[in-house]
Amino acid sequence: MSDIPVGASTPTKASWLTRVSAGLGAETIGLLMALVAVIVFFGTMSPLFLSLQTFDSMAFQLPELGLLTLAMLMPIISGGINLSVTFTANLCGLTLAWVLHASGGPDASLLAFVLGSILAIGVGATTGLVMGPVIAYTGAHPILVSLSMMIFARGLGEFLTRGADISGFPDFIQPLGHGSLWGVPIPLLILIVAVIAWHVLMTRTRLGFSTYMVGSNIEAARYSGLPTPRVVTLIYVLSGAMCAVAGIIMMARFNSVRVGHGESYLLITVLACFLGGVNPFGGFGKVLSVVLALIILQLLSSGLNLLGASQHLATAVWGLLLIGVMILRWVSGHLDFLRRRIFG
Amino acid sequence: MGSVAIPKLFRAHPTETWLVIVLIVMSAGISLANGQFFTIANLFNLLNTSSVNLIFAVGLVVVLIAGGIDISFAVAASVVQYVVAIGLARIGGGDWFIALAFAAVVGACLGAVNAALIYYFRIISIVVTIATFNIFFGLLMFFTRGVSIYNLPDWWIHRTMLIEFQQANGTWAELSLPVAIMAACVVATWVLIRHTTIGRQLYAFGDNPEGARRLGINIAAMHFIAFGWLGLMAGIAGVAQVHFTQQVVPNALAGRELDVLAAVVLGGARLGGGRGTVLGCILGVFLVSVTQNGLNLLGISPYAFKMIVGAVILVAITLSNAPLSKMLAGLRQTRTA
Repeated sequence: MSDIPVGASTPTKASWLTRVSAGLGAETIGLLMALVAVIVFFGTMSPLFLSLQTFDSMAFQLPELGLLTLAMLMPIISGGINLSVTFTANLCGLTLAWVLHASGGPDASLLAFVLGSILAIGVGATTGLVMGPVIAYTGAHPILVSLSMMIFARGLGEFLTRGADISGFPDFIQPLGHGSLWGVPIPLLILIVAVIAWHVLMTRTRLGFSTYMVGSNIEAARYSGLPTPRVVTLIYVLSGAMCAVAGIIMMARFNSVRVGHGESYLLITVLACFLGGVNPFGGFGKVLSVVLALIILQLLSSGLNLLGASQHLATAVWGLLLIGVMILRWVSGHLDFLRRRIFG
Repeated sequence: MGSVAIPKLFRAHPTETWLVIVLIVMSAGISLANGQFFTIANLFNLLNTSSVNLIFAVGLVVVLIAGGIDISFAVAASVVQYVVAIGLARIGGGDWFIALAFAAVVGACLGAVNAALIYYFRIISIVVTIATFNIFFGLLMFFTRGVSIYNLPDWWIHRTMLIEFQQANGTWAELSLPVAIMAACVVATWVLIRHTTIGRQLYAFGDNPEGARRLGINIAAMHFIAFGWLGLMAGIAGVAQVHFTQQVVPNALAGRELDVLAAVVLGGARLGGGRGTVLGCILGVFLVSVTQNGLNLLGISPYAFKMIVGAVILVAITLSNAPLSKMLAGLRQTRTA
């Protein structure tokens, strides 16, 4: 009954509401409700939860997972997946570490850092440059292609480091992992910039549009004149480059590089994408919803941590949350269907 | 005739034939460089090291044939290891038969959890199994606090050999018990998917779920059989793995799922359903283990193994996907022209 317009007296409010809900989508509204529920739950359970300290620790933890999730997001929207994100990030971190070591370790100059970072992003992009064409031209399944790239990247990293930690970097990289600018942690700032870049890329550019089209139906996209091999390659190159950013942040956070750092994030990034409403078959998914999902995951883990539970319990709760959200989506889909049958 | 037979074989079983050729070429290369490769001891060694992965692989291929995917089976195996180890301690020992039966039941139940979520709520399998991966692993690490179990029954961890004899050069050739378990699992899976109605239904369901449903195939049963079978195999593989490691480590198997997946898909199983064979699994698993074994015999640093295995898989899938069929199509065209 509430759907019937009450009159012309409140058109601006109604149109504003519909526009917001249309812009966010039903799934985002569900996520927002989950976010509020999590905040209320932990807020009442622990007085420490709604404090600056919690925010601070979250703001430093979120970026690694967030950047890797962004790297995972584009391939999934394009109907693929990039299982090599974590080890690519490690490889990129190693690249930067070597450039720094080659130019004096702790005494390395800022120029060496800049050069090393560019080289690291180049290495990340190269993994995409290998995977993209293989996926685009041979029709091999992205899971398999990126899986073998993952095994290769892990092997290469282990071969080069012999499984050891690489450390001894100049002091000026510390702020990248631990510093704050205007009260906002620098890793969080980098994540925000990356999120904005990804959001603009997906919503405002030709590549973003092509990514959604390729993910919906790659053959239709090809027949429409999209250069699909080039699009797919670019998607994986950008994904690899984003891994490099994550790798550099991880290096600054831990003050060392080891192959296997962040290994457990791999499936969490996929989980975050699905939780954020990205279609597992590709074609649909919003950057901002995924960011919302990431925030919920981080809140859950920080909240459980405050209550004295381990990260492992948080991992299990993340899995349960994904199942719960998927079941709710199924229920709401059924309700929609029923409503259309009855009222439509 | 021979020149016609090979393309025919290629068309019927392209991936399997391709893998056999690669395996033969690789084995020949390795044995030329190192005489140790073609010995009974090394063959046994290969079988021992591949046994656990192959049990996982034949379980996973059933799910892939049915059009699903499973990420959670390796951690499910870890859960089974724990449950079985604790259960056996409660009943005061037990034996292989009880352990395997217990593991099979617990594993199948964990698989059924996946199947139920996928079937009743229509969530696709990769989403469900990534979630259950986290649930299984998180809860296992939470409840065990990451502590390993060392106090295991003697029969379980005492190395039992099926065959052992001393070779002419003095080294022992040993074939351990898990190889027999592996053989039983391989044969059972082969019978299931090749020689039963259920097996044919699984292929049909994986190839075209809607078509299978209209034919009257029980879709719920397909889900439960496929994921239950993988759970069962994973449980058995978990018990077999303990025989090698001689302890139950909660995070020992996490991460194995992706290696097994790579080997199975390398063996021709299609992500998306309807295709996959037991022979392909065997070849896929052996291609990976022969590569490692060969590198070992050639004296290459173990740190380089994974890198080379990754590169081999990447090259193999690149070659085995498009170009080969195109090459053959080109061959046929030039012949008819």
